[in-house]
Amino acid sequence: MSKVKNIIICGTGGQGILMASEVLCSAAWRSGFDVKKSEVHGMAQRGGSVSSHVRFGEKVYSVLVEKGAADVVLSLEKMEGLRWASHLSPEGKLITCDLTIEPMTVNTGSAVYPDVESIIEENGVPNLMIPVMEIAKELGNLRVMNIILLGAAAKYLPEISEKNWFEAIEERVPPKALEVNLAAFRRGRAL
Amino acid sequence: MRKRLNEVDSGKLFLSGNEAIARGAWEHGVHFSSSYPGTPSTEIMETIGKEYPEIDAQWAPNEKVGMEVIAGASFGGARVLSTMKHVGLNVAADPFFTLSYIGATGGIVIVSADDPGVHSSQNEQDNRLMGRAAKVVILEPSDSQEAKDFTGIAYEISEMFDTPVLLRVTTRICHSKSIVQVGPRVNVPVKGYTKDIAKRVPIPANARKMHSRIVARLKALEEWGYDSPLNRIEMGDRSIGIITSGISYQYVKEVYPEASVLKLGLTNPLPWKLVKEFIDQVDGVMFVEEGEPYLEERIRSQFLVDGTGSEYMSVEGELNPELVRKGIKGGEKLPLTFEDFALPGRPPTLCAGCPHRGAFHTLSKMRASSTGDIGCYTLGLMPPYNALETVVCMGASIGVLAGIEKAVGRENMPKLVGAIGESTFVHSGITGLIDMVYNGNTGTVMIMDNSLTAMTGGQENPTTGKNLRGEPAPALDLEKLVLACGVKHVRVVDPHDLPEMKRAFQEEFDREELSVIITKRPCIMQYKPKRKTIAVHDPDKCVHCKMCVKLGCPAISWDEEKKIPIISEILCWPNCNLCVQVCPKDALSKDLEGVV
Repeated sequence: MSKVKNIIICGTGGQGILMASEVLCSAAWRSGFDVKKSEVHGMAQRGGSVSSHVRFGEKVYSVLVEKGAADVVLSLEKMEGLRWASHLSPEGKLITCDLTIEPMTVNTGSAVYPDVESIIEENGVPNLMIPVMEIAKELGNLRVMNIILLGAAAKYLPEISEKNWFEAIEERVPPKALEVNLAAFRRGRAL
Repeated sequence: MRKRLNEVDSGKLFLSGNEAIARGAWEHGVHFSSSYPGTPSTEIMETIGKEYPEIDAQWAPNEKVGMEVIAGASFGGARVLSTMKHVGLNVAADPFFTLSYIGATGGIVIVSADDPGVHSSQNEQDNRLMGRAAKVVILEPSDSQEAKDFTGIAYEISEMFDTPVLLRVTTRICHSKSIVQVGPRVNVPVKGYTKDIAKRVPIPANARKMHSRIVARLKALEEWGYDSPLNRIEMGDRSIGIITSGISYQYVKEVYPEASVLKLGLTNPLPWKLVKEFIDQVDGVMFVEEGEPYLEERIRSQFLVDGTGSEYMSVEGELNPELVRKGIKGGEKLPLTFEDFALPGRPPTLCAGCPHRGAFHTLSKMRASSTGDIGCYTLGLMPPYNALETVVCMGASIGVLAGIEKAVGRENMPKLVGAIGESTFVHSGITGLIDMVYNGNTGTVMIMDNSLTAMTGGQENPTTGKNLRGEPAPALDLEKLVLACGVKHVRVVDPHDLPEMKRAFQEEFDREELSVIITKRPCIMQYKPKRKTIAVHDPDKCVHCKMCVKLGCPAISWDEEKKIPIISEILCWPNCNLCVQVCPKDALSKDLEGVV
């Protein structure tokens, strides 16, 4: 039986994590795989940490990615990416946006936002840091950050063809935003 | 033409457990559904509302009313559904337990969505224990396909055995998606209402007979369960036999695919003959279940067998593959590449623009606080507000406020208001307020009216002016309702008008009679601003006092180097100027013209 791919998409509430995981699942399903995903709704969405676990392969049982098993951790916020880095497998990679969203604990002075880049470097976490705000502004749309991130992940998920990615994006975004989303995906993949 | 995956691969859908339950209800001809929202159950009703107009679906003011209305609809011969979170079943327990005695004319399925791990609840009770106490049938699906299929089987069981069926799901079933083979709707006629007093009036003489019928029903179901498709044995390595149900089955298959497994979908009544056959074929037994050791205790006591699971896998919190691997494989775990990094937490916060911020900020500034309730506004307990200090259950803010006064007396009463959202007030706060009037309390209740059941994602309620399908509905007049309860002093305040908010609290704290403050401002999910505008900061005027940061608004962070606030252009909410109001030097400004 082929190995199941394990992906975690994380960030903070309202960043488009659930939409990104929908696109990924659709693309994986279109590629002929069994797919499962899991996430938590409710209170956590009020600006808290949000994560979505996606698994695809010939046959998938668990809906959760086990610690030490993630092929890719995709993050829309850099500290949140670090939070899930302990789920990476030995060959896994952290792909994270360089965006900083300070949690309330930092805003109100009861905690300090960590130096994420240094921690990543000191611990040798294999990573790809994406200057997401810069790219999104160039594209003229701040809402495509999640698709830029998916584009960057595509290289590490060769089981999914470009056609399937594009169809999955087309399925999820409004027609008038399709072009900018596809451009965002290409920009991410070129990183 | 946009291609939906549904059309590409017709016959299959990628559904969450909640969406699958809604689909199952639709396919099996359900006519009527009434429920109160509650994580993780809410999307079942939302899906029905959006996708399945053939089901007459409505939000009830609380779970008890929802259960009573579906009871009546079942008496009228309709197939019915009521969904709720685990603690919702506590609210509905009164009709639930007796509905078990009365039985089902039209099929009755009740969904209990339990929340092990307490993602968004106040406890992690395991409602298999409730179902067993009520002597109803319990089904536990383990993925979305089963969530749909079991819903259908539940209606067959309900009508065949004249019983309500409890479909017990958990967060990871409700909010996980997997591929589901779907089918068409089967139309089932509504049987109609016929008078049957012996069946529907549980006066003692009838209730005793009803109880006898339940005992017989459970016996018959136990036999039916032996070769039912709900349960199955998957024989593998016979050195250990794992007995499991629900999501736990998936974790077992993930970490120990070669194991012998008894997968139970019907967990009340238990199919004893099948369980015995399984136990006899394996050298030892282990139980893998999320929540209480329900299967473990029942099966061990029935057959006096050894075997545990709860000792190795905690009864607290959620299971996951790591815990199951460790539990059944003697401490084994995958080699970790990195340990967890020590990082600041990211707790949930009130949204930028949230109406509740004005009220909690003001309470906090006045060194006052609240007895709290269940909703987004429970977050009033968080820094920087620290303005909420008790929570028990839906509606309890009022009773608790009353009780503290009864214990310490008015003269020693701390500066507390009873903080309750309008949906929670309608759910079960009204009776608490009547109690305060009746029994001579003097405190102040604050009804935080954003006209939406917000924490569960924004559902309509009797104050919204719309029903579940978004159609116009009468809006409950809270002010009149409070007056009718006998409260003499009621005032309505915009919580974003900070001076007025402060005056209201001050006057009501000073008043020696019972009063109600209604803070009225719509939830930000209620409307789309016409124009995007963000607060502008003038560093020349700034005196670096951090008053703006102390609002606890997620859109405002602090630049340590320049000692000035940074306003997030993504998060700043157009129709809000709280930071402008709290700035003592007019360093913040915002143009609100034409935003709404």
